[in-house]
Amino acid sequence: MTNDILIKVEELTRYYGAQPAVEDLNFEVRRGEVLGFLGPNGAGKSTTMRMITGNLSPSHGRITINGIDILDQPKKAKADIGFLPELPPLYRELTVDEYLQFCARLNRISRDKQTNAIGTAKERCGLSDVGKRLIANLSKGYQQRVGIAQAIIHSPAVVVLDEPTVGLDPIQIREIRHLIRELSNEHSVILSTHILPEVQATCDRVQIINQGRLVLSDSIEGLIQRMQTSSLRLRTKNQINNNILLAIEGVVAVSVIDEDCVQIKHKPETNPAAAIAKITVEQGWELLELTPDRRSLEEIFVDITTAEQTVDEQIEKTGAAA
Amino acid sequence: MIFTLAARELRSMFLSPMAWVILAVISGLCAYFFLLYIDLYLQLQPRLAAAPNAPGITDVIVVPLFSTAATVLLLVTPLLTMRLISEERRSQTLSLLMSAPVSMTEIILGKFLGVFAFVLLMLALVAVMPLSLLAGGEIDMGLWASGLLGLVLLLASFCSIGLYVSTLTTQPTVAAVATFGLLLLLWVLNLAGSTGNEGGGVLSYLSLLSHYQPLLKGIFSSADIIYYLLLISSCLVLSVRRLDADRLQH
Repeated sequence: MTNDILIKVEELTRYYGAQPAVEDLNFEVRRGEVLGFLGPNGAGKSTTMRMITGNLSPSHGRITINGIDILDQPKKAKADIGFLPELPPLYRELTVDEYLQFCARLNRISRDKQTNAIGTAKERCGLSDVGKRLIANLSKGYQQRVGIAQAIIHSPAVVVLDEPTVGLDPIQIREIRHLIRELSNEHSVILSTHILPEVQATCDRVQIINQGRLVLSDSIEGLIQRMQTSSLRLRTKNQINNNILLAIEGVVAVSVIDEDCVQIKHKPETNPAAAIAKITVEQGWELLELTPDRRSLEEIFVDITTAEQTVDEQIEKTGAAA
Repeated sequence: MIFTLAARELRSMFLSPMAWVILAVISGLCAYFFLLYIDLYLQLQPRLAAAPNAPGITDVIVVPLFSTAATVLLLVTPLLTMRLISEERRSQTLSLLMSAPVSMTEIILGKFLGVFAFVLLMLALVAVMPLSLLAGGEIDMGLWASGLLGLVLLLASFCSIGLYVSTLTTQPTVAAVATFGLLLLLWVLNLAGSTGNEGGGVLSYLSLLSHYQPLLKGIFSSADIIYYLLLISSCLVLSVRRLDADRLQH
């Protein structure tokens, strides 16, 4: 991963009427990085992506693609972008080959390189066998791949994918994720999604956006750290004596979940797992399971996106009361 | 780049049955009118032969044919232009063009040229019909050419108006109906002039028809040509502006 910044977004704002869809967004994407854009529906993900790709002009703010301002030199900046919108922009009456050829020409790939570019894009997206088929007759998964092929045909520096795995079956999803990881070797990728495991599987960095504002920007490692909590789950065959567990150093509380399972809260700086295992064996409780509790990405996501709302609601309530 | 877009447009037209049906209907209808005018000429021939300075076969057959063709094409052009932008907007393929390194002007010109190329093909079918008369007589090639030029300019205006209306909406049918209404209005605008009201002259001047008729008579006036060129370019500029406005703040 090198350090040159391919996408730079500064103070990006877009209003729809009086309603701000995206407000004061700042971020950067480096070469070789996959940035995951998360957010509930209507959070402003698509709006942001459409602005980055020049489909929508921002109310104010600046977008620089590979050092070129997209508002000052749209043609030059757009040559470095490949975009797959939510609905793949396909001419259904064309065959895959015809369509990709049109896209190659549209992106000003010189005539002698077109065949090569089309071949490479098809190969990478697993379309080699369907070149002669009409796009209208392809399944949703294949259509999605044609959409991706269209976005990478001119090997742009930046690939923007809006919900690339929507409507695909699990095998296709895996293939597409693999493809995205592969793309990140040469391109920067921004992808939006509301499927959380997808972010874990494909991205280097995550941004959560809610109501048009960035509420979290973190690396995947950081996110995984956030998922760790200071509690363990212990399942045994025989009855547990809570008091013995409480006597272990670092254990704060023990709560019973069901008859053979307890949740043990401990101080964050210590990990009493080894001690617990030892005692369990000594006492003859017969250990079945000892796992650290993890907050799922969903929980973090819900926490972050709803925390904001409740604060807003409180402000509204106090405002109404006053 | 413009030609890439135009070629794609033309190709898509021929991949749907629409283009073929339109070509078939146009040549069928025009052939019928052509035969009708030939029949008329044959009936008139004895009288024409006796009269001094009588109109020739070009006046009796070719001119009415072109005049009728204009009316028929007025009905058909909205169907050709309706999809241009509105369909792309509806199926969201417009973002493919928007995120590609092409300008709005190139998109509009590409679309216009694509549909105009199809229209030229249609006109070619109509224009060669009178040429068959060369087998048995002589036609006034000057009159034929000026009539054809009028038809080409007229159709280019139809296309540019249709293209503009298509940029205004997401529904092809809405575009078709609106284009048809607008074209018909511009077509019959000169009727207001013929009633002799004040201001009728202006309306008559704005009419598409009143600039076509002189060309049919073989009168080549640069004012008429400029009228059409102005109309076409204003519609194209408006279309570019409208397409550009899609991205902007509303």
